[in-house]
Parts: sequence; structure tokens; C-alpha cells
Amino acid sequence: MAELLAKSPCDGLLPRTHGKVSLSEVVITDLYSVAPMKGQGAAVDAALQAAHGIGFPAPNRVTGSGDLRCIWSGRDQALFFGGEPDLTPDLAAVTDQSDAWVMVRLEGARAEEVLARLVPVDLRSSTFAEGHCARTLLQHMTVSISRVGPEAFEILAFRSMAATLVHDLDTALQMVAAR
Amino acid sequence: MRLPCPICGERDRREFYYQGAATLAHRPSPDAGGEAWNDYVHLRDNPAGETRDLWFHEAGCGAWLVVTRDTVTHEIKGAELLERANAD
Repeated sequence: MAELLAKSPCDGLLPRTHGKVSLSEVVITDLYSVAPMKGQGAAVDAALQAAHGIGFPAPNRVTGSGDLRCIWSGRDQALFFGGEPDLTPDLAAVTDQSDAWVMVRLEGARAEEVLARLVPVDLRSSTFAEGHCARTLLQHMTVSISRVGPEAFEILAFRSMAATLVHDLDTALQMVAAR
Repeated sequence: MRLPCPICGERDRREFYYQGAATLAHRPSPDAGGEAWNDYVHLRDNPAGETRDLWFHEAGCGAWLVVTRDTVTHEIKGAELLERANAD
């Protein structure tokens, strides 16, 4: 059988640095969406806690961190990183979305200023702390943004929009760096 | 303009899609008759004052909201989830 080469969504596009902010790709190996069945929210939370040690996130929140985490992604829906979540079909609809998303990391002293040009949500640390996330817009694109450090954000978008995501962020990076 | 999403908090208007009057959520039964359906499809109030509209939090949580606003002052008086608004 042919050995196929895997290409990450931002292959050939990243990393880039302008001024004090860098943009790099976070390669996604496993990503599953978890949508609890009606009335099963608490049961899903308990099952995730028992099997993986992290619960189902509240709206605009992230549980866990790094390679094992769960990012809230909409009403009764979250994105789970860290292998296939151990949930039975009667508890939640679980879908493998590993190849469907692109994730980039924006890091640097002026990362907030870059995002302020693109995102209609206040992402300053006073209102958007580590462990917070938001489903919102980046220019015209729907994204999920989470804060992963005092000066670092991770942004999830649909894989097909990877080049647009990089273009929009890169333009804002250059504008901020030029000021 | 910002809308207070009950799930996400106060969010920019750009994240939302406007559907129309909240009466759209009260679809008549198929055999309700021509008059009821004509009213549902075509007739809208045009109040100077408080109005209730359907908004979809398209770029956020994905919830349908009933937003109460004042057409005279442009004040947004509140928003609630559609299913909760219909339960009242």
C-alpha cells in the first residue's frame, strides 16, 4: 500500500514573526466533537471526569490544558483534544474531526493588539483569562479563540479557511508591528 | 450595537443574524386556515416602541434568541433563549 504524506493545514504558510508577535501552527493529531444527548450534560461531565480527568466545559470555558483539554464550542457542544473520548452513544454524539480544523498559536507582547483589530470581543486579560474561550468572528470567519498564556492565544478555524486565517492574522501582525 | 446573549454574554451585532419579528416562531397549524396563514406570512406590526425580534447567534453559541428592543430609543431591553421565551 502507498505511503501517503500527511500535510498539515498551514504547511508552507507558517511560522511567521512580525515585531514582537509570532504566529505558528499547532498541529492537531486528535480532535473529537462531543455533543451531549438531551438531558445528559451532567452524565457526560461525570463520564469525562472519570475517564480522562477533565470535565465538560461550561460556556466560554476550557477544561484541561495542552494535549488533554476540552474547549466549549457552542450550545451543548465541545471539542475534545486527547484521543477518542470514552463516551457511550447514549450519552453523547462523538465525531472525529481531527482533519477538519486548523489551529494556530499567536504569541507575544502585542498579541492582544493584533486580535483587537480582527475580533469583536474584548480579549484583554482582565476579562478574558487563561482557561477562557470564545466562539466569535475573526474578520468574517467563525473561529474559536482561547487564551493559553499571559501573552498567548490559540485560534481554531475550519481547515478549508487556513490560508485566509493566516492571511488575515498576518496582515494585522504587520500593521501592529509597523506602529 | 450589542446584544446580551444569555449564553455568551454581551456580544457584537456582527455575530448575529436577524430573522424578523418573534411571531415567526409561532407557526400556525397546517389546517389553521388561509387567514391565519396570511397573517403569519405577510402581516407584521410596526410598533413605535417595544418590539420583539428573532436573532440567531450565528458566529457564537448557535442559539436562537428573542431580543426585546425599543424602536424609538434603540435601547436593547434584553434577550432570552427562544425556547424559554416560548415556554412563558
